[in-house]
Amino acid sequence: MMNKKLRSFNSPTFLAYALIAPAAIYILLIVAWPVLETIRLSFTNSSLAGEDYVGFENYEKMLSSKKFNKIVTRTFVWMFFSVSLKLFVGLIGAILLNANLRGRSMFRVLIMPPWVVPIAIGMLGWLWLYNGYFGIIAGVGMHTGILDGPFGFLAYKQSAFISTIVADVWVGTPMVTVFFLAAMQGVPKDLYEAAYCDGASRWDRFFKITLPQITPVIITMSILSAIWTFNSFEIIWILTEGGPRGATTTLIIDTYKQALGNYKFGRGAARAVVVMILLTLFAGFYLALLARINKKISHG
Amino acid sequence: MDKYTFLEKFFIYSAIFIFMTFILLPFVEMFYASLRPLDHLFRSPYQFYSDDLSFWAYREMWNTVPMLGRYIFNSFFLASSVAILTLLFVIPAAYSYARFNFPFKNSSLYILLAINMFSGAVLLIPLYKVLRTFGLLNSYQAMIVPGVAFLIPTSIWLLKSYFEKIPVDLEEAAFVDGASRVQILRHIIAPLSTPGLVVVGIYAFIGAYAQQFLFAITFNQKKEYMPIPSGLYEFIGYQSVKWNEMMAASLVGIAPVLILFIFLQKYIVEGLTAGAVKN
Repeated sequence: MMNKKLRSFNSPTFLAYALIAPAAIYILLIVAWPVLETIRLSFTNSSLAGEDYVGFENYEKMLSSKKFNKIVTRTFVWMFFSVSLKLFVGLIGAILLNANLRGRSMFRVLIMPPWVVPIAIGMLGWLWLYNGYFGIIAGVGMHTGILDGPFGFLAYKQSAFISTIVADVWVGTPMVTVFFLAAMQGVPKDLYEAAYCDGASRWDRFFKITLPQITPVIITMSILSAIWTFNSFEIIWILTEGGPRGATTTLIIDTYKQALGNYKFGRGAARAVVVMILLTLFAGFYLALLARINKKISHG
Repeated sequence: MDKYTFLEKFFIYSAIFIFMTFILLPFVEMFYASLRPLDHLFRSPYQFYSDDLSFWAYREMWNTVPMLGRYIFNSFFLASSVAILTLLFVIPAAYSYARFNFPFKNSSLYILLAINMFSGAVLLIPLYKVLRTFGLLNSYQAMIVPGVAFLIPTSIWLLKSYFEKIPVDLEEAAFVDGASRVQILRHIIAPLSTPGLVVVGIYAFIGAYAQQFLFAITFNQKKEYMPIPSGLYEFIGYQSVKWNEMMAASLVGIAPVLILFIFLQKYIVEGLTAGAVKN
């Protein structure tokens, strides 16, 4: 009697689904349906004037255009630098804030603002920093003689490319640092004590204990930040709108420009589909990895 | 364990100083700019020193941006609405995932993770259509509805791990003793999961606060519904920018969230990192 009752308590399939239903329906309507609609639109020439089915025309045009290929390459270069820098700076930051020194809990709070503050507000600060005439970066350059006059960091192709990466690293680093820190603190203390007794130096302990122990988190964070960086829209849009002359136009920016700048919904949708395919690849990679790590843990 | 030598300490603190400079420079410079008179800001090359710093911009900004108060209220209202709605959708779902076994449980959880990776920027066109169909464009809902959707997946994962920490024995014992599911929810689950609900609520609030730009500039043209970021950017585009007042307005706008976060950061960080680090 009791067992039966308990079993019915633990596996009421109908109730389980009923509880999930509201959230599921919401996501189906606001995320899943738009995904399908985007795919449909990508086969039309939809614009403000109306839409007709055009088959693969959007895709053919897109894939054969040199500009689009350039945008894809640029997206990956931008992503590569941004993600590597986030991981590198984040790891250094975590090491520093993990050091057993006075003030570290204060520093741990002080690194959060770029993460918590709305990106658009943070970018207002960067717009001002990058200002060629009145910004502090150009100012320091001019005072030290590195620059011989005003220099608009967002006005030239290469410097704009680098400047948007720096701003993106700024937004992404705190979260990476916090996760690395949490991982470092999760490393069992006795490992360090044993190594210390065996006379291992601080470097040895870092490379032989800390680094291997936090590798799973480093891998997870690299994929997650790759996904977030790939999705990064507001930072570039606010700083440069993809310019100058397309120098910072990544796939996401291009998608937005086609769809909402030129009202070419069909073409925009085709780009969005490419973005979604790439994201699905990333996500699949991430989930496969997560499943593998979980398996390892459950097998001891 | 070994102590740091003086030289090591010096080196680590210097490195921390450089790191913190990178992280905080935009905010420090925003604050400094907000205190300086406009004509001091517009000097080239950059002047490090101003002798007449004042909070004048903090008074004048209310005239320059006449609806600033409204924008601040909107930001709060939008973020709170999104957080509350997210909780309403997420609580039953997370409870179900934490307690019950059912077909497609794991696969649907992974689908949630995957959805998390789609950003609103890719789905703007169809989202626009959905909102237009329901007549929600140019309203608070235009920003709330998509905002909630993109916060549901992570929130379910977060709250699920909180529910899992509540021992199932308690509920089973109550159930065997004849308590109804509603009674169990009210007298056992609700009190025990309050800390978790608060963390997830704050997470959703901060998430909603941070994402108030893209949806706001795309789905809402009405000034009276704009949150701070899109409200302020109206002033950056087409007139001579009063940077000191813009900075003052931005800082006043973000201060409440920053203070909230500083008080609760311990719990939020623990909640967010727990899953990732254990996995």
